[in-house]
Amino acid sequence: MSLEASSSAAAAQGKRKKKENDNLTGYLFILPFLVGFFALTVFPVVMSLYLSFTNYDMLGTPSWIGFANYERMLMDDPKFVQSVKVTLFYVFTAVPFRLVFALAVALLLARLVVMKGMYRTLLYLPSVIGGSVAVSVMWRQLFGNEGALNSILAKLGLPTVSWLGDPAYAIWTLILLYGWQFGSSMLIFLAGLKNIPASYYEAAEVDGAGAWRRFVRITIPLLTPIILFNVVMQTIQGFMAFTPSYIIFEDGRPLNSTLVYVLYMFQRAFTFFDMGYASAMAWLLLLVIGLFTALIFKSSSYWVHYESEGER
Amino acid sequence: MYLRRKSVLKLVCEQALLLALTFMMLYPLLWMIAGSFKDNGTIFTTAHSLIPNRLDFSSYIEGWQGFGGVTFATFFINSTIITLLSTFGSVASSALIAYGFARIRFRWKNVWFVCMMLTMMLPFEIIMVPQYVMFNWFGWVDTYWPLILPTFFGTPFFIFLIMQFIRTLPHEMDEAAKIDGCGKFAIFSRIIVPLIVPAMMTCAIFSFYWRWDDFMGPLLYLNKPQLYPVSLGLKMFSDPDSITNWSALFAMSTLSVIPVFIIFFLFQRYIVEGISTSGLKG
Repeated sequence: MSLEASSSAAAAQGKRKKKENDNLTGYLFILPFLVGFFALTVFPVVMSLYLSFTNYDMLGTPSWIGFANYERMLMDDPKFVQSVKVTLFYVFTAVPFRLVFALAVALLLARLVVMKGMYRTLLYLPSVIGGSVAVSVMWRQLFGNEGALNSILAKLGLPTVSWLGDPAYAIWTLILLYGWQFGSSMLIFLAGLKNIPASYYEAAEVDGAGAWRRFVRITIPLLTPIILFNVVMQTIQGFMAFTPSYIIFEDGRPLNSTLVYVLYMFQRAFTFFDMGYASAMAWLLLLVIGLFTALIFKSSSYWVHYESEGER
Repeated sequence: MYLRRKSVLKLVCEQALLLALTFMMLYPLLWMIAGSFKDNGTIFTTAHSLIPNRLDFSSYIEGWQGFGGVTFATFFINSTIITLLSTFGSVASSALIAYGFARIRFRWKNVWFVCMMLTMMLPFEIIMVPQYVMFNWFGWVDTYWPLILPTFFGTPFFIFLIMQFIRTLPHEMDEAAKIDGCGKFAIFSRIIVPLIVPAMMTCAIFSFYWRWDDFMGPLLYLNKPQLYPVSLGLKMFSDPDSITNWSALFAMSTLSVIPVFIIFFLFQRYIVEGISTSGLKG
């Protein structure tokens, strides 16, 4: 959304004044970007494409093996299949969970008059430190066998659960951790809710629309561009999950039930020094993310509502 | 009268709901802080308690000793060096690049702009393997170069954020300065930079968070404990097979997030604005 709008704004700026280009100065200013773009983005991306067709352990020279890495990945690696399953389950559970929760809290906060700022700050706090090692370490203790959650369960007379040791529950601790950091999405939703003119609701109320109808017919349609932005960004972020699983579960235990994709890629690369295979995994991930992003954008014409230009 | 009573009831309900929600969300954090004061023998039945059974700072002193002869003082100094240098690098270069994109006309500008936006969508994890191979060739493993140098080429998210800010500034000042004989660089450094300080602050704060919390970069490139930043030091300190001193672990975890908390409470205005504008205005 922002990309399109910005490039069209840039185009409009160019049209307004037809002046001469200032090529030298322009390129000097963006020189750092160009150097970084070619040396640290384009070159590694191309190199990883090349490496993905080779066998390379960082010691010798890469040897060309064609599509063997991809074949092994798709046909002959149960651990890879497992990591794909775990990641898809994680993304399709954790992302909706976080977004629905963020939207619900934002709706609650938006109508608040007293102490709105305080709640907003405090509820955003988990997001501020959520990515840190400290939080993952704390999470591990929280859900540990002797942790706070089990202690509460015992106090209530309920049976305790091995949250981190049982393959059925382990992934849920990661999903909860992801959902817990709903703050950024909440802030974006709040800003979006503030942009909806109160007159829409007043008019709807006069026409006799109840609260639910106003929510479904006004709030949701007008929020769809923001929902789109959130879904795209959070989906990408979800696919990239690494730090919490690495710190809480180390190697994807129990029984690889928390072996997210990037964690397995990291293992292949830096535990087994299987750089070719890891590069192939990276490329597959890039393609999948690109595909998902394209699908989300493609589908957006059916469910995203843009107000007419005059409105803005 | 009836209406007012109803709205008071609603207000109380809303407040109660939010209070309960906020408590639930903050419970893990409070629990971590409380845990840093508890003694290790605290029995299981009170493990959930937020009120420590003693209040002394011995676990902080014990934890500060770190491991393998390297104390947390080293980790904190390392984190500070990495965070400050990389934050300076990414904010300064991003401002420069943003000005180029926002205010100067040059050939193929839109092509490069699209490239930049694509880079913004490209996660680090995708290029981590080849970048590691590349930096390994350079002999940069076990140095801070791989963590700091890339930030000097600008961060797409910051470039975008600062660009949006520059676009809102009137062109008249640029033109007045141009008539006075200022070149583009003088316009940038004397007129634009002072005006975009708020946007640069927002970027600096985000950069501070990301660099301070960064775990994957140090994990890939640093192998010597003397070089570890706090994130990696804490991870090694928390190794579940060796640690038995839980309260010391909680104490160091708490310390490691304190700088982030301080920055957050001092500058939260910038953060809220940064997230709201970058996510919305296009």
